[in-house]
Order: sequence, then C-alpha cells, then structure tokens
Amino acid sequence: MSYDTIVVGAGLAGLTAALRLTEQGQRVLVVARGIGATHLAPATVDVLGYLGDQRVVSPSSSVSTLIASSPDHPYRHVGAEQLAAALTWFGTHAGALGYAGGLEENLLLPTALGVPKPSALAPRTMSGGDLRAGGRFVFVGFKGFKDFHPTLIADNLATARLPAPIAARALEIELPAGRRGDLSGRVIAGQFDNGNLSEWLVTTLRNRVEADERIGVPAVLGLRRADEIWRKLEERLERKVFEVATLPPSIPGIRLFDALTDALRAGGARIVLGVRVVGARTTGGRIEAVDVAQATGTVSHPAGAVVLASGGFASGGLELDSFGVTRDTVFGLPLIGVPTDRVRFAPGYFDAQPLASAGLGTDDSLRPVDAHDTPVYTNLYAAGAILGGAVPWKETSGTGISIATGYAAAGAILAPATQDISGEVR
Amino acid sequence: MQNTSMSSLEADVLVIGGGSTGVGVARDAALRGFSTVLVERRDLADGTTGRFHGLLHSGGRYAVKDPSAARECIAENRILRVTAADCVEDTGGLFVSTPWDDPEYGDLFLEGCRTTGVPAEEIPVAEALRREPRVNPDIRRAFLVPDAALDPWKLVWGCARSAEEHGARILPYHRVLDLVVDDDRVVGAHVRSERSGEEFQIRATVVINAAGAWSGQIAKFAHCTVNVRAGMGLMIAMNHRLVHMCVNRCKRPADGDILLPLRTACVIGTTDVFVPDPDETEIRQADIDLLLDEGEKLVPGFRQARALHAWAGVRPLFEDTAEVAETRDVTRSHALLDHSSREGIAGFLTITGGKTTTFRLMAEAAVDAACQQLGGLRACRTAEVPLAGSESHALYQIGHRLAAREPVPQAEEIICECELITRARLEETIRQRDTTSLDDIRRLLRLGMGPCQGGFCMYRATGILHQGGHVDQAGANRTLLDFLEERWKGLHPILHGDQLRQARLDDWIFQGILDVEHLPA
Repeated sequence: MSYDTIVVGAGLAGLTAALRLTEQGQRVLVVARGIGATHLAPATVDVLGYLGDQRVVSPSSSVSTLIASSPDHPYRHVGAEQLAAALTWFGTHAGALGYAGGLEENLLLPTALGVPKPSALAPRTMSGGDLRAGGRFVFVGFKGFKDFHPTLIADNLATARLPAPIAARALEIELPAGRRGDLSGRVIAGQFDNGNLSEWLVTTLRNRVEADERIGVPAVLGLRRADEIWRKLEERLERKVFEVATLPPSIPGIRLFDALTDALRAGGARIVLGVRVVGARTTGGRIEAVDVAQATGTVSHPAGAVVLASGGFASGGLELDSFGVTRDTVFGLPLIGVPTDRVRFAPGYFDAQPLASAGLGTDDSLRPVDAHDTPVYTNLYAAGAILGGAVPWKETSGTGISIATGYAAAGAILAPATQDISGEVR
Repeated sequence: MQNTSMSSLEADVLVIGGGSTGVGVARDAALRGFSTVLVERRDLADGTTGRFHGLLHSGGRYAVKDPSAARECIAENRILRVTAADCVEDTGGLFVSTPWDDPEYGDLFLEGCRTTGVPAEEIPVAEALRREPRVNPDIRRAFLVPDAALDPWKLVWGCARSAEEHGARILPYHRVLDLVVDDDRVVGAHVRSERSGEEFQIRATVVINAAGAWSGQIAKFAHCTVNVRAGMGLMIAMNHRLVHMCVNRCKRPADGDILLPLRTACVIGTTDVFVPDPDETEIRQADIDLLLDEGEKLVPGFRQARALHAWAGVRPLFEDTAEVAETRDVTRSHALLDHSSREGIAGFLTITGGKTTTFRLMAEAAVDAACQQLGGLRACRTAEVPLAGSESHALYQIGHRLAAREPVPQAEEIICECELITRARLEETIRQRDTTSLDDIRRLLRLGMGPCQGGFCMYRATGILHQGGHVDQAGANRTLLDFLEERWKGLHPILHGDQLRQARLDDWIFQGILDVEHLPA
C-alpha cells in the first residue's frame, strides 16, 4: 500500500508530525520498533529550561541566545515563529489533557526530588504545582508506593531558590486495605480509573489539609479518566490538586501517547508497532519506498515523503558500538557532533559530554544533510532526539525540540504540495 | 559498629586495613581470645578485596609457574568451601586451549596440577562445549578444575561480624594518621574518625599492618620499609552469565584470560600494570579494548554482548629484593614481615602480598607470629569455625533471592528489581549499618549493581534513607550525587551498545524527570 508520508518512530516527534500531516488530509503510516520515550517523560513541554548554569525565565526570549551559540541547534532550523506555532498547535491537539502555560514564562514544577524544574507547558493535572507565586504546599505520599518520597520533596523545596517564598510539608497516608505489596504507578492509576480511590483520597485528606494548601500527589490519578478524576478531586477537596511526575513508566506520558495515537487513528492514520525499517528503495536522490520487516516478512511501502523520528541513543535511533563507531540505525545517515578521537565521555557525570549533541545535521527544512550541507534525500525529513546540535538534558529542551521539529517537518512536507501550481496532490 | 566517642582504646591486637586480610586477621585474633581492634580508612572491602575478579582459585592458574601459590590455593579453596560456604558458588573451573594458545601447554598444566595437588581432569572438547556452549568452538583441549566464584563483600562482612561476635571492635572510616612508637616499639596508632573528625589513640601490644597495597605507607610511620608495589588489574562485568564455569585460558597467566560468572553477571579480567600510587587507577581505553578482544577469543560475539561496568583493583605485590620488571613474575604467595628482626622495631608485623583466596592462611600466619609477642601460641580456629550464614555448609546458589520471592511475587515492595532487594531488607541494613552512604549500602546488598546500575533504585533508596531520619535533606542529596558520580567512573570507560541505551534511560530519570543536577546544595 502506498502512503503520502511514512513516519519512522512513535515518540513525541513522530506522533506530532504524523498528526499534523493526517489532519491536513495526508495518508500516513507510522512504523516503530516500540513505544517511544513518551512513557519515560513527565509529559511536560520543556522548551528551554537552562542556559548554562542559569535557569531560564522566558523561553521565548532566551531561545535566540541559545541559537546564537549553537549553530546546529534544531531550534535554529525551526525558527522562533514556527516554534511558537508548534506549541500553540500542540496545546490544542493533545486531546483532553489540556495544556497550561506558554512560551513567555516557564512554569516551575516540583520534581519527585523536590527540584523546581522549568517547563513551558504542563498538563493541567500538573500545572497547579507551579511554584512561581509561592504559597503553601503539602505533598502526599502513599505508604508502600516506592516511587514517591514526599518528605524529601518538601525538605528540598524548602531550601530551593524560588521567586517567592513557599512553605512545604509532607504527609504519608495509608492506601485502603488490600492495596499493598509491590505497587507500581500503573497499578494505582488503574485503581483510580476503575475503583473508588478518589473517594478514599477525598475522605482521607479532607481534615488533614489546611485551607490554603495546594495538594501534590504522585502522577497516578488514572490513565483514561485522569482529567475527570483530577477535576473531581479539586471540586471535592476545594483546594488546588496537582500531580508530580515520578519514575517510569510515566503515567502522564502514557496519557499523552494515548491521546496522540487516538487522534491519529480517528484521523485515519495507520500505526504499526513492533516492526523495523530495514531499508529503502531510492532513485535520483529520493526515497521511493520504505522496507518494513514485520512478522509476515518484509513489506515495501511506497511513500511520497519519510519522517525519520527514531530517537536518540535511548530509543535505539542512534547506536555506538564497542569500537567507538556511532551510527543512525535506520538509514545509516551521516552524523554531526561525533568526536573524531575515541574519547567519547567525560570523567564527571555532570560534565559536558562530547557525544551529547551527536545526531543528524539538517537543512532548514529538517532534511538530513551530508558533509556538503546537501540533503541526502530530497524527501527525507528528521525530527526529535535523533537530531544533533542540541544538549537536551543540559538545556531541558527535549520535548520542545520533539514537538517543534515534528511540527516543522510536517510543515516542510506540506509546503510544496500546497504551493504546487499543477494542483496535483501527491 | 556504633559511632560512639572514644578518647582512647586498648587492645592486644590492632589491625590496620579492612580488606579480606585485615578482617581475616581480626577474626582469627578474636577467635583465639585476643582483644582486637580493626581500623580501615574507608569502608570494609573498599580497596583491593571489593575490586577483585571474584575467583576462588583452585590453584590451576599457578600450577606451572608458582607451585607454592598453587598449593596454598587448593588448600584454602577446600577450607573456604566449608567455612565460608555461603560466599562460594561452586561453578567449577575450565581451562581451555584456544587457537591462540599452545595446546602442549596443557601437558605442563596437568603435570603442574599433579605435583601441586590441584585436581585437574582433561575432558573431550565436545563435552566442554556441551557444558559451555558459548565458548569458542575451536578450542583444542579442555581441563576441569575446582575453581569457584567468591563473593568478596559477603566474605569480608561475614568475617567482620564473626570478629565482633568474639569481642573485636571493627572501625571502618577510621584513618591511621600515625603509629605511636615508644622506645623502638610500636605501641599503637593515632587515628581519626572520617565521619566525626574525632582523633584518638588506640594502644595495642601488637600492631598488624594488613593495608595491602597501602602497607608501605603504614610501615613508614614506624620508619620501616615494606617494598610493596601496586599492580593494577582491570575488570569488566558483562550483563549476563555468558559462561557458567570459571573459564581460564590454558597458557602462562596473562591479560584477559579469565572469564567467570558472578551472580547474574560475568566478569572478564584482568590486566596487570604497576602504578605508582594505589589510589590513582586510571582506566585506559587500550586496556578495555584488550579485554574485549581477549573476551572475543574465549566467547565469540563478546564485543556485541552488553558490558555493564569496568573497574580496576590494585594487587599488593611484595618484592623483598631485586627489581622485578613484570608484575606477573612476582610470586602470589604472601609475605609476613616481623619488623623487630628486620628493623629492630618490636610489636609490629606486616602481612602482605598474597591473594583473596589465601586470606585466611595469611591471617593465620600473622596471628601465629603475633602470639609470640602476646605470651605464647594459641591455636588457630578459622579453618574449622564457619562464618555466620555458613553454619550449614550449604554453598551459595544463584537465584536464592528469586526463590525467596517466588511463592508470593507481589507480597513486598521491591526497591531494586535487578537484585531483588525488598524495602524491609534495605531498611534493616540501613539500621544495622548505621550509615548515610548509598555506596556503603551498595557494597552490602549489591543495590544498584544490576543492569540498570541504580537507575530505578537510587531515587527510592535516597527517599527511604531520608524518610527514616538517617540523613537530612542535604545529606540525602549528597549521597545520591556521590553515588551517580561514583557509578559513572565505572560506566563511562565501557559505555557502548545496550548499556549506553540504559545509561540514557537513567539520564531520563535523573536529569529529565528528577532534575538531579539542580538539587539545592
């Protein structure tokens, strides 16, 4: 079967590109080896959190500084205008999650260690934890849930550098009888979805929380009904309630994945997980078809365009072998940011790591380029963590890059078609 | 092991060094009824013992070249299988002639084993490959020996607890600042608690220097000379048991010729390079490549397997006389130095050289010598009395933690899924050990030593440490950051393939989700 665009990778970048193309009427196939890094990430949109040692207050004004000092940065190719458009688009397309925030000023959301972390957007179940305005917070842990430690959060926040004073305390409560043992966030989220844990939480907290306290809980308030559960909790407790993201699997991340894939399927896109792209048929600098290995054998899917969003080292889009050779595992495209000698990692964990910004270099249409800055294929685009030139951990920019480049790659694919004077749509 | 204040301590025997030799000496002396104190500048088994490959030698490795070491090894191997059974996994050992090794060395090997009393049996290659299917199918000869895998931390803590039960004081994190010398006699040591900063004296009739590669530094305090050089050996842990027996190359001992299973992982080692300072052990890329290439010869595909962690340990190589160019030419037998006959300093013994397999024998020799200065020989009991946990003489079985959990898999919180450590076990260890360091806990429980290298358990353990009031918020942050830095030292030299994916997943957790880099100081 032939597709207008084949997207390789089902992480945030690939799903963003696929959804934008689908809603513009394209026939889209998403193929991926597995779920992407959405299941690891807190589902906040981190556009730019740090510049060097400085916490960024306003991503919109700091992105230009970043671009000026990082010539290959994906944001440079995307541009400030398109970055803003991508975030607006994302805010209205993330299903029922409802994102709060914006590019003008970062939210400061507490992590599960009690660090105020800057994010541009956050799902509204989490945005109530914004620390910027100060105030009183209580962090509620569930005894026996190993992935959330409220005392450490509260004590660390008490000493954190914040724009306004806060007070934070911890409260540990017992889960209802029968809900013990080795509990994962996913199990508890399922019990919020299906059972009466909301009722228990309201009853337990009602008399133990001060009138002016905001209530932080681990991000386990259900998978499918989270928005409804969270609203009900706020109404019944008459306080602001917010989720704090914790160890993977990330419940908010799974919600985001579900929301995007639901929207894609509703729009008619096809998503196939558990398959591997093993090659491509090319002619005259174009990819004509993508070879996908699946259970029944290798199938060649003709495509008008291809978006490579297979992720970085974490997702297997990039790999480094024992001889020190780095490669793109799908198409073997040339990489930038790879050190020439074999010293690949610095001796300190928080040092600048030489391989941190390795990845694909692209033109401004996000097409991977060779050493002469010429696109390798005229209809191949790249998005997300496979792109080089950024240091997502240091910058706190990973999700922002994924959304911006996924959105922009789709835009680049759509642009020639909409301008095609012959009127022929691929 | 309380951190009680002590302005001064007195004992019959003061042991310096908390590796296998030191705790072995302390236990031996305590079992003979001597009042005993042990000081160690860092944690127990934090030096050479905790960084060795984990091979309980049969003696086969030394059968040709160092017969006295071979004899000692097989004798001690037999004793430890009984008295320290819970620390020993009876993997068995296999010596193989790969295409790179002279098959005729096998005859020398068999002859050496015969004369030193190391049981060795040649088996058909097909039988060897049946037992070890991943081993290079082109091997030409194969020999069985009674090698085994030894858990150094269990061994050291078992000895320490046993010593304490017999009245010894075991003081980790106590550094010797100086020896107290009075009239050509060492009468004690001036020490500092590295936790509290308190300084005090420990007076003893005999001081036994068991500081291994650091024993030269200790001897200097009494103006004595111990020519011990540090021979650095590199090890790499691989994520799976690529072999189930200790597989050795059948040739003259050289680099990268041992691959042995250690719990759920396996370890390849080692290299051997003189280093001027035992505290400076830089891992070189060339040595990593050497071990990976040698691994490839033993197990084809080794370079594609997942390497977990690399580390270096320093052997104490004692040389009494002439210059020795090659560290492997220094005997692996131990040396007991009585400084009264050597330098006229009484009350001071150094026990050095040797190897972990023969630690008990070294301790016996040292305490025998100490007896002479303590009013007569008392019989050594360490060859008979089992360590706590080894009373039933049941050898360690891989999978015991899983077996314990299997009846009701979801019954308890598992803090470390890799090593199956429950919250109860972790909390009990924190309490018993009275420690604020995740690294100390790691050595006791193997917390954070599995495939994810602490990715999931370290946030949990930090939270539990803090929640229990063992450490304030600043201390919790510090121990977490220290752990991450310490872990990285062993990760970055070998980071590639699937372990790099794992490291990036851990980056997601620590940097992406928790933002650990911006913790308040």
